[in-house]
Amino acid sequence: MNKVNILIVGVGGQGTLLASVLLGNLALSEGYDVKLSEVHGMAQRGGSVVTHVKMSETKVNSPLIELGEADIIIAFEELEAYRWLPYLKKGGKIYVNTQQIMPMPVILGQAEYPENIMDTLRKQAGEIKAFDALSEAEKCGSVKAVNVVLLGAASKDLPFTKDQWMKVIEENVKPRFVELNKKAFELGSKA
Amino acid sequence: MLGNEALARGAFEADVKVISSYPGTPSTEVTETAAKYDDIHVEWAPNEKVGVEVAMGASLGGARSLSCMKHVGLNVAADPFFTAAYTGVTAGMVILVADDNGCHSSQNEQDSRFYGRSAGVPVLEPSDPQECKDYIKKAYEISEKYDTVVLVRSNTRISHSRGVVTLGEKKEKEKICYVKNVQKYVAMPAMAKKLHIAQEMRMKKIAEDCNVSELNRIEKGDGKIGIITSGICYQYVKEALPDADILKMGMIYPLPKKMIKDFSESVEKLYIIEEGEPFFEEQIRAMGIIPAGGKDMFTVQGEYSANMIRKAFGRPVAPVTEVTDAPGRPPLLCAGCPHRGVFHVLSKLKKTVMGDIGCYTLAALPPTASIDSCLCMGASITMAHGFEKAVGTSKDTVAVLGDSTFFHSGITGLINMNYNGSKGTVIILDNRITGMTGHQDNPSTGRNAKGEEAPAVDIAALCRAIGVKNIVEIDPFEVKELEAVIKEETEREELSVIITKRPCALIVKQPDIPYAVNEDCKNCKQCMKIGCPAIEERNGRPYIVPERCVGCGLCEKVCPFGAIKAQKTSEEKEAAK
Repeated sequence: MNKVNILIVGVGGQGTLLASVLLGNLALSEGYDVKLSEVHGMAQRGGSVVTHVKMSETKVNSPLIELGEADIIIAFEELEAYRWLPYLKKGGKIYVNTQQIMPMPVILGQAEYPENIMDTLRKQAGEIKAFDALSEAEKCGSVKAVNVVLLGAASKDLPFTKDQWMKVIEENVKPRFVELNKKAFELGSKA
Repeated sequence: MLGNEALARGAFEADVKVISSYPGTPSTEVTETAAKYDDIHVEWAPNEKVGVEVAMGASLGGARSLSCMKHVGLNVAADPFFTAAYTGVTAGMVILVADDNGCHSSQNEQDSRFYGRSAGVPVLEPSDPQECKDYIKKAYEISEKYDTVVLVRSNTRISHSRGVVTLGEKKEKEKICYVKNVQKYVAMPAMAKKLHIAQEMRMKKIAEDCNVSELNRIEKGDGKIGIITSGICYQYVKEALPDADILKMGMIYPLPKKMIKDFSESVEKLYIIEEGEPFFEEQIRAMGIIPAGGKDMFTVQGEYSANMIRKAFGRPVAPVTEVTDAPGRPPLLCAGCPHRGVFHVLSKLKKTVMGDIGCYTLAALPPTASIDSCLCMGASITMAHGFEKAVGTSKDTVAVLGDSTFFHSGITGLINMNYNGSKGTVIILDNRITGMTGHQDNPSTGRNAKGEEAPAVDIAALCRAIGVKNIVEIDPFEVKELEAVIKEETEREELSVIITKRPCALIVKQPDIPYAVNEDCKNCKQCMKIGCPAIEERNGRPYIVPERCVGCGLCEKVCPFGAIKAQKTSEEKEAAK
């Protein structure tokens, strides 16, 4: 696996940042060159958020993934999967949490939440894994674990062992949440 | 390591002893990270001008110092900055300024490179986290070698990207003892004239030396296309044009003119690729070098990308699936946000609201849509005053700003209002934190940048000392009382300050008991007008999404029919779902 571009997208507050940091640190510890680009500040407050994760056996230059160049999109919400679809490489793979969070323009009736998002995603993606990560996270005891559930699901496409994932969770998550996140990863990987 | 963490690490390795900054995206994490190093004095200043002056004092006192800010912060600090460029330093002093190309979290896209040229100080620009660390260290060497303040310029993509950084050891600096030097540090006219000459001389020397500086380098390609670039654009160029010759500048002011001339002659076609203004291009054209392309191929707007460069050079880009109908998802005030109560009332009362810089700017968006202006830090108060003078009354207008913004540059505006006979109303949203930038302490929070206890400013007492007679403190979620207070104070023929007190919802957790809409709902949709992210419409009726509701209870207070109640028992919670 020479290089992998992963776009992690969601709604501000869903925990996309932790997912990208876990993934980035894991790739780094396994000897890849890694660059991440994050969103802070204004853009975090419930807005659409995106994190770029680029890992490669050779040097990574730009921290940003270009349109049409993401191997994998990990989406925390359906509309966000759809919004960021232009970044997906032809034949790329999408992991999507089947949750819909209405944006304010939709709540106010100024815009429509697109219908048939899943059909479009299915048509455009090489492969798609859509599942209710929120319910899986709730089973572990916290809706906040959606991020790690999704990482668990996507781990099948990434060149890391389960032990390596467990180690990176231990190293980067607050001690009292480690077990919860390990469980979330397990459930995700079986989803 | 995050670019900003690497900048902080660089400061640590360079044995910086004093850091004084004001938070501002995308610069904030430099100071936050540095605060974790025990042997650096790190502080949040009330504004950037204070920060730069503190750093200048520390330099004079013999300690390496740093002040960090976002691009617009340097405007606030421009006064000390320009004269510090004359006086030079005792111990090394660096100002870190982070631009925001693309306006991710700012009110403009100003290009801070011009500050270096305008003030007459060298400017360094890293292109990845490793260089962030290395360039800060280099900046201190330059600062002390040439006796000058050094500006290090970052931007969102540099500050907020993570990459691999090789750490170094801290190199301890010997403390320099202060020696009184009136000619150097007292910038009175007679001295200033001489200092200006000294400044010109050192900039000439730096302009000469930077031609052989390791900060500027040429990467050989096939000799056909030559690109002059710096910072994040260097990374985009490397990706888009792997065969190009590149002159990558790490010191972006003054320009290495001899190097540029030689480089331009070594390639068939020369291009200049820089985000923002044609800062390099105009200087290079002034040298008599005509590039084959520059701003005529690109734009002064927003951010560049590898694809933008590929397209400009006719190189192929990956095929893309178009998506045109995805509704926007603008950021909004969090569930439980104390500001929501205030803007609900202001929207209802149809006041003209002079806004300010902070989370509350988000109240300018629907459904509250209750902000009329957002200019710069502190401008709510001053603009409300000017507006009052123009329209002849202050009864329909209020100024709204947060606690940290009030300390930053609201206080002087309030003094002005009181002094110059305003009858206006200022609302200070006291949420006990600097919210938007990610929760930094400020002079009213009772804690300092290191997390230690610190004296807290009493905002009401401060306003009283300024001379404001009418001061009301109120919980912004008591919407009925708040409405009455705002009506009364705006009607009053005297200056008033209303302080709404409730901590940021992300700091002090709400009860987290979800509310739900019951069968008494008449579907009037008043609850949907407060713009809470937890309230959606489902099956044509308001619905509170339990996992998003934090239990603040504002919706219960705005419901005219008592149809929204907290779900106190677990059965009720289950039923709400």
